[in-house]
Amino acid sequence: MRIPFRLSSKEVLSSARPRRYQPALRIDKYARSYSSHPPGARLNVPTDYSATPLLAHSSQSALQNLELPLDVRNGTTKRMNLFQAINDALSQALGADDSVLLFGEDVAFGGVFRCSMNLAENYGGERVFNTPLTEQGIIGFAIGAAAEGMRPIAEIQFADYIYPAFDQLVNEAAKFRYRDGSEGRHSGGLTVRVPCGGVGHGALYHSQSPESLFTHIPGLRVIMPRSPLQAKGLLLAAIESNDPCIFMEPKALYRAAVEQVPTAAYTLPLSKAEILKEGSDVTIISFGHPLYTCSSAIEKAEKDFGISIELIDLRTVYPWDKECVLKSVRKTGRCIVVHESMVNAGIGAEVAATIQEDQETFLRLEAPVMRVAGWSTHMPLLYERFTIPDVTRVYDKIKKSIEY
Amino acid sequence: MVMRAQSYGCRFTRRNSLFPVAYRTLFQTQRCSSSLSQKPGSAGVRFPGAVDSKFTNTLQFEHPATYPAIPTYRAMSPEGDIMDPSFEPGSDELAVQMYKNMVAVSVMDLIMFDAQRQGRISFYMTSQGEEGTCVGSASALEPEDVIFSQYREAGVFMQRGFTFENFMSQLFANNKDPGRGRNMPVHYGSAALNIHTISSPLATQIPQAAGAAYALKMQRLIDPNTPPRIVACYFGEGAASEGDFHAALNIAATRSCPVVFICRNNGYAISTPTLEQYRGDGIASRGIGYGIDTIRVDGNDIWAVREVTKRARELALKDGGRPVLIEAMSYRISHHSTSDDSFAYRARVEVEDWKRRDNPITRLRKYLESRSLWDDEQEKEVRASSRREVLKAFASAEKEKKPPLRTMFEDIYEELTPDLKEQMKELGSIIEQYPDEYDVTEFEGGKSSLSN
Repeated sequence: MRIPFRLSSKEVLSSARPRRYQPALRIDKYARSYSSHPPGARLNVPTDYSATPLLAHSSQSALQNLELPLDVRNGTTKRMNLFQAINDALSQALGADDSVLLFGEDVAFGGVFRCSMNLAENYGGERVFNTPLTEQGIIGFAIGAAAEGMRPIAEIQFADYIYPAFDQLVNEAAKFRYRDGSEGRHSGGLTVRVPCGGVGHGALYHSQSPESLFTHIPGLRVIMPRSPLQAKGLLLAAIESNDPCIFMEPKALYRAAVEQVPTAAYTLPLSKAEILKEGSDVTIISFGHPLYTCSSAIEKAEKDFGISIELIDLRTVYPWDKECVLKSVRKTGRCIVVHESMVNAGIGAEVAATIQEDQETFLRLEAPVMRVAGWSTHMPLLYERFTIPDVTRVYDKIKKSIEY
Repeated sequence: MVMRAQSYGCRFTRRNSLFPVAYRTLFQTQRCSSSLSQKPGSAGVRFPGAVDSKFTNTLQFEHPATYPAIPTYRAMSPEGDIMDPSFEPGSDELAVQMYKNMVAVSVMDLIMFDAQRQGRISFYMTSQGEEGTCVGSASALEPEDVIFSQYREAGVFMQRGFTFENFMSQLFANNKDPGRGRNMPVHYGSAALNIHTISSPLATQIPQAAGAAYALKMQRLIDPNTPPRIVACYFGEGAASEGDFHAALNIAATRSCPVVFICRNNGYAISTPTLEQYRGDGIASRGIGYGIDTIRVDGNDIWAVREVTKRARELALKDGGRPVLIEAMSYRISHHSTSDDSFAYRARVEVEDWKRRDNPITRLRKYLESRSLWDDEQEKEVRASSRREVLKAFASAEKEKKPPLRTMFEDIYEELTPDLKEQMKELGSIIEQYPDEYDVTEFEGGKSSLSN
């Protein structure tokens, strides 16, 4: 399997051409002013993915993960980026179960982000195939296949284009089991994969993170991984799950995040948060791409303020792991929620409300729950780095929280 | 010019599914070859988007009006006579059974419409005028065939073996309702009869039917001992204006899904006449545009509907599977629903005319009478017994308890989430603290079902 391998800490551009966005010139040949940082910057420097503590840089650290089954921990690992880990998970799912299907727009040749490379060749055109360009059709088709016992994995090319399928997801997939009642049929075999999040130059329609739109819908599970190891385990769990899952893949990490990933098949638990770093003074809650921002901000803030910060990755944003979050905030008394999408009615709103609603946690609060999120704007091409939470904004909130 | 031809040639090569996958991959990584470009003097270039199109030097738009309307297939005249002597209607036994089922649906419709008017149930939708389309098509399907329906297909349920008790349990949302009291009336469903539960959003079931058909096709590929099955999908002509209709027919055609789409074109979508629904030749003309085998049939002619569905089923299973579109023409004699007074937008005389002039029940009755299979006595008897049975099922369904309150929290996920358990407990304690504010006596187990 030959996989184009262009990786540097700055390289977050996908070489794939997004469907509705085909630049006449190869932009990456030219200086990209929008992704550079000021010479004097101490906080807002790009993430060094080769050194971040959030990724397993050695085989040993990957296999230490206690959530992995024993046989996986005794197995081997391979260096993979996020799209390779997803490809690996899809391949193992297709290999393990004949009822798994994979389809969407441009999936057959490998996908515009390379996630389905070689799968049509290895598992056949009947199981891995292109659909016509119709999001409502893709999801409707997938629900029907799931209702008849298959395990379809449907790809929506960008999260920004999931809205034509909103009706099928909200009114059909999410309610299928409920309305069928004791007849017992459901669309739980369905997994919807969607690339999401900012990528530096995606503007209005190649940058969105609509997770909170789906967390308002009973019946759906909404998952967002932060790393290759996690993506593989969570994706296999989503495929295995008997509830319809929306699996959101931060596309900025497809090539940027590289780590050692166990080669065996394994699942990671859904609706379970992960404590990435223990701490006693502030709790930071995030998921997906901004975790790297949080990690950098924590490093600086701990040094500057002499405090210790706990970092929690929600992983599943709905139904989410309240217990883990509440326990942490009861300990630290301070909490900051960080996400890319708009602040209003985002995941942060739900987490903050839950924290203040829990009587025990409310009494332990020493500062208001704070949010660092996208401003209440659309994602503007030129101004992406001013709207997506950066290290400075997270650092500033940490400062405000402890100074409160 | 050369560049264009080259690039089309390249696309064509990539898209041609006849090439084994390995070759396709090879072609993708190479630049385009010029071998497929247009030869001088050729009658047509094989544009990848329309490979069989010939060139013409005459500038001429295709006007819909130059194409005759697709004919409506009919086997039996309004007088009940079989028009083509070579046509073989089903057995006498089947004819009588289908007739009884149509009558049963129409009797139930009358009673339940009134029951809604009396406030005994919250909502109802009758299917007067469309019993033939439903009963006739369902009679041509195998019991293993999977059905998706819209909401005006009581005849399909009846023909498949749904009992009056089944109908009434759902309508009264009682303890025996498999939908566990969650759905509005007439949102029937049955796993045993392979009919998916009806949902209100229009046309959503159409792409689902395509996907389900693909699942059946795959299951037969995985295990060749599985019997060949199709999916039948019902919808009205109004629903066919939804994007999901377009998505479904297109995807069913490109993925060669064994699905029969059955459109009930009854002239109205609530108050909207077809003239405001579309300007083409009905729904049937669209099927051809998607590359789908299509037929239009007289929905008031049960033999024609049955025969067309039988043939469509065979076609759908041919050569690994393909979709088929049937447009069944009829007239919605009933109001749209109990929330609608259709005389606000159409003349009473028009409805009366359709009722009298042509309807599927009287037409089959004439057929039966002409073969001495039916008389006034039998008619009276079957109407009376249907009525008795409906009323009996009605009375006992009304007496049943409602499902336990707990069921409102269940089946959202495969298992109750901690949130849902918490909320269930909270509702239980509210009811406990304010007992005078809630009447829970009609629910099985009262408030106790909320406590664990």
